[in-house]
Amino acid sequence: MDLRTLITPVTPRPSGTRRRTFLKAAPLAGLVLGVGLPGLGHAADEPQKYGGDGMPHGLRDSPKIFVSIAPDGTVRVIVNRSEMGQGVRTSLPRIVADELEADLKRVRVVQAPGDEERFGNQDTDGSRSTRHWFDPMRRCGAAARQMLEQAAAQRWHVPLDQVEARQHEVVHKPSGRRLGYGALALAAARLEVPPRESLRLKDPATFRYIGKNDPALTDGPVIVTGASQYGIDTRLPGMLYAVIARPPVLGGKVRGFDAAEAMKMPGVVKVFTLDGTPPPSEFQPVGGVVVVARDTWAAIRGRQALKIDWDDGPHGSYDSTAFRAELEAAVRKPGGKVVRNEGDAYAALAGAAKKLEADYYVPHYAHATMECPAATARIVKGACEIWAPSQSPQAARDRVAKRLNLPADKVTVNVTLLGGGFGRKSKADFVVEAALVSKAMDGRPVKLTWTREDDLHNDYFHTVSAQHLEAGLDANGKVVAWLHRSAEPTIVSIFAPDPKTLAPFELGLGLTGMPYRIPNLRIENPEATAHTRIGWLRSVNNIQHAFASQSFIAEVAQAAGKDHREFLLDLLGPDRLIDPRQISEPWNHGESPERYPISTARLRRVIERVTQEATWGRKLPPRQGLGLAAHYSFVTYMAAVVEVAVSPTGELTIPRVDVAVDCGPLVNPDRVRSQIEGACVMGLSQAVVSEITFQNGRAQQDNFHQFEIVRMNAAPKRIVVHLIPADSYDMPLGGVGEPGVPVIAPALMNAINAAVGKRIRSLPLRDQLSAPV
Amino acid sequence: MTSLQINGKSMKVDAPADTPLLWVLRDHLGLTGTKFGCGMALCGACTVHLDGAAVRACQTPLSAAAGKRITTIEGIGATRVGKAVQNAWLAIGVPQCGYCQAGQIMSAAALLQQNPTPSDADIDGAMSGNLCRCGTYTRIRSAIKVAAGQKGDA
Repeated sequence: MDLRTLITPVTPRPSGTRRRTFLKAAPLAGLVLGVGLPGLGHAADEPQKYGGDGMPHGLRDSPKIFVSIAPDGTVRVIVNRSEMGQGVRTSLPRIVADELEADLKRVRVVQAPGDEERFGNQDTDGSRSTRHWFDPMRRCGAAARQMLEQAAAQRWHVPLDQVEARQHEVVHKPSGRRLGYGALALAAARLEVPPRESLRLKDPATFRYIGKNDPALTDGPVIVTGASQYGIDTRLPGMLYAVIARPPVLGGKVRGFDAAEAMKMPGVVKVFTLDGTPPPSEFQPVGGVVVVARDTWAAIRGRQALKIDWDDGPHGSYDSTAFRAELEAAVRKPGGKVVRNEGDAYAALAGAAKKLEADYYVPHYAHATMECPAATARIVKGACEIWAPSQSPQAARDRVAKRLNLPADKVTVNVTLLGGGFGRKSKADFVVEAALVSKAMDGRPVKLTWTREDDLHNDYFHTVSAQHLEAGLDANGKVVAWLHRSAEPTIVSIFAPDPKTLAPFELGLGLTGMPYRIPNLRIENPEATAHTRIGWLRSVNNIQHAFASQSFIAEVAQAAGKDHREFLLDLLGPDRLIDPRQISEPWNHGESPERYPISTARLRRVIERVTQEATWGRKLPPRQGLGLAAHYSFVTYMAAVVEVAVSPTGELTIPRVDVAVDCGPLVNPDRVRSQIEGACVMGLSQAVVSEITFQNGRAQQDNFHQFEIVRMNAAPKRIVVHLIPADSYDMPLGGVGEPGVPVIAPALMNAINAAVGKRIRSLPLRDQLSAPV
Repeated sequence: MTSLQINGKSMKVDAPADTPLLWVLRDHLGLTGTKFGCGMALCGACTVHLDGAAVRACQTPLSAAAGKRITTIEGIGATRVGKAVQNAWLAIGVPQCGYCQAGQIMSAAALLQQNPTPSDADIDGAMSGNLCRCGTYTRIRSAIKVAAGQKGDA
């Protein structure tokens, strides 16, 4: 990877250089926090860091890190986030280019390898790449622009205020003299980066790229011509190919194996075992039997010929049907950990004029990125080079370095395009596997590929949950009491042995932060044990929490004889700003509660906008209905209306989905739309067809015939996204990648209820509508 | 040694006759534009054309591909329809992660080559074998219509 810059030459660090750590090591240092565990990484007397500052290695904004300009004027912008379709390789460079006054056609994008000390935090997750990096990238571009202006002013011996950077050149306004950026680059590179206070950011009214509707994508041309390089496409001279037969059960091990037949398969080179890390295995490999061959097909065929005897271990009896019963029993009893409590919900329920209760179930899901996990590694002269579609290249680098017993600066993780992430590729297990296999092959380059079966059997699955809700209404149909219990194995189970309740960040993903005006509110989290690896899957616990609460609100509205939209708005109460700390939600997505209070006005606005656009309340033909849901997640406000038609045999047609989104200032409106369109389809898959079940400890779905996802014929005919513009670019940005998912399942089930009067509380829908009544 | 006609060029490959064309293309010939998604013809990521017809390369053994005119994503742009599809994809901003799009484009090009004015039902029929986990279906549908010279949807 050629990172030569003309602003600052980048030289490889000499080996053995001691690295100063800028952050104190935290107990879970190096942990890919995904959504950030509060309270770690800083001493008690230091002020709390929020947002991008609070992430491991924080933010960087120096053009000397991110920008280089060649003599011909080509501007190279380094992107420190992984591209998985959310458009970071398009949006982040546009921010820099805009402030830099660069001609976008002369800007090239360079992908940063994993190196957070240099590039700042590189965890591409939590819907926060643009939200955290908008300001730093503006400062970076502005600083570079000012350095070019300064260089020109010095070259011409004129006052600084007489020069102005415009579209890839600096102009001396009085005389009209001009110099292109290429001609000024070397001189500019010798200057100091201007201090932050002296940076002149553009007036947003003069933005050329930020906020403009431009569907062009940096990688569009290579994607449509097949020149795209995803992790799985990596090719190196002399490369071997490997697949691994992994234990099918959490904590399982190889008891014995017979490779005789496998070794006879043409192209197979070697078969050996890889030790797995017993649970909690974090991002370490689970081990298994490795087959190395001369091409992928030979490796797959070789693995098919293996005979393996598995020691399944303690989770070998995990059965998701039985477990569901356990979870449902747990949430039907009081006594779980109380995570929010206002007033006296039990008393208010007991005294309520009307009571309602419902139970909701959401199964395990698999990420099922179209590109299965794959990574390529080689070790040459004591240095390991990796190419991987990683969402967390620093975390991958750290773990590989540790496993190979190398200093971190001897490990390079090159980030390729990702064929989908959704959180799967934040976990470095597949990268560590590749490195270990290469090591076992004396450092020869090895591409380690997961097949679809591997991917569905050994995912870090979305957790499974059972939820129980109760509401009490007074004589006027107003909600006076609300009880919500949720039992779900925690993500922390991959980090710590046998945790039983949800971490603050999981509670803050749609459970505790309910912004509704309810005088007696109680939320409980009964215990649940993990029997499989659990991980972050696009919008994470919001999926089940929004499904239950937004479905239940609609059920309560119906029981109260009220229009759902009116009821929801009434429940939201008067416009106000809520300090999340006051409602037992201190995590607040890692953001400052002052900067990001929960605004009920903004939630109201998206509800009003989406219902207006969907013409809420219009009369529909029989078996057709509209359903509404609204949810605040990743500091963004979202509301959706799904229009559904249900055939007499229970088939769904979705003519239209409307989504209104308030994510603050917009950088790339078309990518915001596309992310929400895509999130809608993903939400629909989860609502209608997707499910991972377990028997005998094993995930039962092998491929897409069993783990289904929505296809074109079942997708909505139209998805219309309504963007609520922000008042100003000084407003903080909200997340975009994930918030579009949680509103979809409840909106759909609310629509189905409106259409045919059937309430679906258990996902996926599958054939629940065609089952005999 | 098997001789293959790929994108108008003759290529030789030494692999067992039952090797899926997908892996011949990717691993033996270095044509990685055709993608692996499932290995069971359930996802369409591996779609190529054999004598103009869309097939799943993961289920096409090398022996079946020999003697046929093979077109991959790397070559489809040389055709009028293929180029129109690629241009429409870019104009509408279809791709998100992009991994499925080679297969989507190949299926769309095959559809339009046979049916220049497809209806929504025709599009569903031709394209529902191609999965997109990022959910770009509405834009794919729009882009197909644009490539066909029809007005795309919102």
